[in-house]
Amino acid sequence: MSDHESTYVPRTGVEKWLDSRLPIVRFGADYMALPTPKNLNYWWTFGGILALCLVVQIATGVILAMHYVPNTEMAFASVERIMRDVNGGDIIRYTHANGASMFFIAVYLHMLRGLYYGSYKAPREMIWIIGCVIFFLMIATAFLGYVLPWGQMSFWGAEVITNLIGAIPVVGEPILIWLRGGPAIDNATLNRFFSLHYLLPFVIAGCVVLHLWALHHAGQNNPVGILIPKDRMAKDTVPFHPYFTVKDGFAIILFLILFATFVFYLPNALGHADNYIPANPLQTPAHIVPEWYMLPFYAILRAIPDKLGGVIAMFGSIGVLFVLPWLDTSKVRSMRYRPAMRTFFVIFVIVGMGLGWCGAQLPDAPVIPGMPSFTLFDGALNSYLWLTRLLTAYYFLFFLVLMPLVGLRETPRPIPATISEPVLPGGDVMTSAAPASPEKKG
Amino acid sequence: MTLKTNIQSMKKTLVLIALAAGLAAAAQPALAAGGAKHPRSGGFTFEGPFGTFDQGQLQRGYKVYREVCSSCHGMDLMYFRTLAEPGGPFYDAHQANPAENRFVKVLAAEVQVPDIDTETGEAVMRDAVPADRFPNPYPNATAAAAGNGGAAPPDLSVMAKARHDGANYIYSLLSGYRAAPAGLEIRAGQYYNPYMAGDLTPFWKGPEGSHAPKGGFIAMPPPLRDGQVTYDDGSAQTVDQYSKDVAAFIAWASDPKQVQRKQSGLGVMIFLILFAGVTYLSYRRIWKGVAH
Repeated sequence: MSDHESTYVPRTGVEKWLDSRLPIVRFGADYMALPTPKNLNYWWTFGGILALCLVVQIATGVILAMHYVPNTEMAFASVERIMRDVNGGDIIRYTHANGASMFFIAVYLHMLRGLYYGSYKAPREMIWIIGCVIFFLMIATAFLGYVLPWGQMSFWGAEVITNLIGAIPVVGEPILIWLRGGPAIDNATLNRFFSLHYLLPFVIAGCVVLHLWALHHAGQNNPVGILIPKDRMAKDTVPFHPYFTVKDGFAIILFLILFATFVFYLPNALGHADNYIPANPLQTPAHIVPEWYMLPFYAILRAIPDKLGGVIAMFGSIGVLFVLPWLDTSKVRSMRYRPAMRTFFVIFVIVGMGLGWCGAQLPDAPVIPGMPSFTLFDGALNSYLWLTRLLTAYYFLFFLVLMPLVGLRETPRPIPATISEPVLPGGDVMTSAAPASPEKKG
Repeated sequence: MTLKTNIQSMKKTLVLIALAAGLAAAAQPALAAGGAKHPRSGGFTFEGPFGTFDQGQLQRGYKVYREVCSSCHGMDLMYFRTLAEPGGPFYDAHQANPAENRFVKVLAAEVQVPDIDTETGEAVMRDAVPADRFPNPYPNATAAAAGNGGAAPPDLSVMAKARHDGANYIYSLLSGYRAAPAGLEIRAGQYYNPYMAGDLTPFWKGPEGSHAPKGGFIAMPPPLRDGQVTYDDGSAQTVDQYSKDVAAFIAWASDPKQVQRKQSGLGVMIFLILFAGVTYLSYRRIWKGVAH
């Protein structure tokens, strides 16, 4: 796909003039004509959905920033004022707040798709790594944004997370003060968080450009996971437009229906009620919990009895994703043909959700109420503490042990020679009907 | 790919997404439950995707707030004009400009607000106008705390959003005061309420092996009694009715645009579903004859 030749022909004088100076129209046209594996399923639509999420967050965020006041005395009231007195402000603000959740639903599904179909494997390592950078930036941006309404969870979430930096030996304390802009979380913290919350989405947008550049250079993976041979390109690919613009478009609209359900009917269902209590540094909430999308990582943090150890485990759980391409020893990309790994993958997804569940519970609470238990080291065995530890162990086991080991020892199922084979038992008789030029269908 | 397998693959994706979203939503209430009793339903008209506020109930609720709650609780984010906005307790279609609303003008003029004389710069008191905020019963937070045993009564502007299951919680709390169960040690200036969040285990001196009752201590004495507020529309003048009405009023005040938003949502949904249908048909047509 990288060697895909440009088919753009400038028609008007303006286009010709522009094409020899800044071939931006050619760039767009080539993009739209990009040969795309025709067997991409609906799991491949989340890339487009994520692009939409980023645009929605930036568009609504820019408008919110016009009305928001980054001051500890006024931030909470200014957010409420947006929802009460700004035209359409309630919809804009709820779109932005729920948009973060939608963004994370989509990114988790997008990442799991990559994991399942081996989209991180050669020659696509850079696509995956840049994706991990984007994911990390998303977490940072979401955390910074959650602080801005200056409610109880904003304040205490910021307290807990910035405190983690203090766990780093020697330099932790000075970095903590530098990060907060003082010894405690206060106006200086809120101001810099606002500034960075506005900055990072544009850094994400830059990374998205790199992500797409790498994607279009290496070519898209597909559910079968094989590289499409050159002589099969015409038969096994279709131009991106209109084939995938319409398929992605349809998926995006379905996603918008889910999005709109939350914005219009359940705007606060994914948030914590405590964040509608103005921040009070003198009153700690009963339970400090992050937003749902951070709960798995919060659970890993709390699973380790040592503070520094917890911080290392939490960052390690994201860090391990960066080296995933080299942890996986399998020659086969798609888990469709790796039955053993597929089972471990399903367990991994359940473990991830389980970690999210554990992150929302009190560590000391019993998992099964009323069941007799005994104390193992520092906590009852029948407690979320030990369930979290079990799940955390599997999380790391999956990447660090199963990924290298299963790849070496498994016997994968036979892999089709072409992507047309699995859908058509009679080979590629029917695929000759596949139009390969975008002009045919417009 | 046939139509059937295509729909199947889409369905599978959708089911998995819905499962993930459901799990995310389900993880939340687990936190808020604490040791309190689950709130009773107030049977409010504004619940559900098509629910709207009962304007009479909002007016009664405002009256309860004004005559009872407002002697201790502020609503700093509320302006008198908001009462006259569409969906509000005193909205009048004939006087669409909230600043001109005759009811709200009168209600605002009932209170005196501090201002500065534009001629002399001296501090003066004047009648409030619709553009003014609700008056706060205390000059500052310290005074509010000092007057209430050290804990300032919380502002009620967004109270329905600041508690899980807001309207039902407020209704249950206000109408749910009970005599403390025998064996519960109550500290001076505290009251027992089964709907209040808390953990009563340290104060429970009941029979051996028994569990502490659900609920917590609240510093607010039971604020309502039967017949306390006069209703002129024939509604029952009971604690239960007062609690319901004021809960509805606070639910409205916490998110005054909620009904309009739900109504816009209906249009958005119809549009998106039609758009999805048209796009799906385009998809079928474009992919016709392409095995995939």
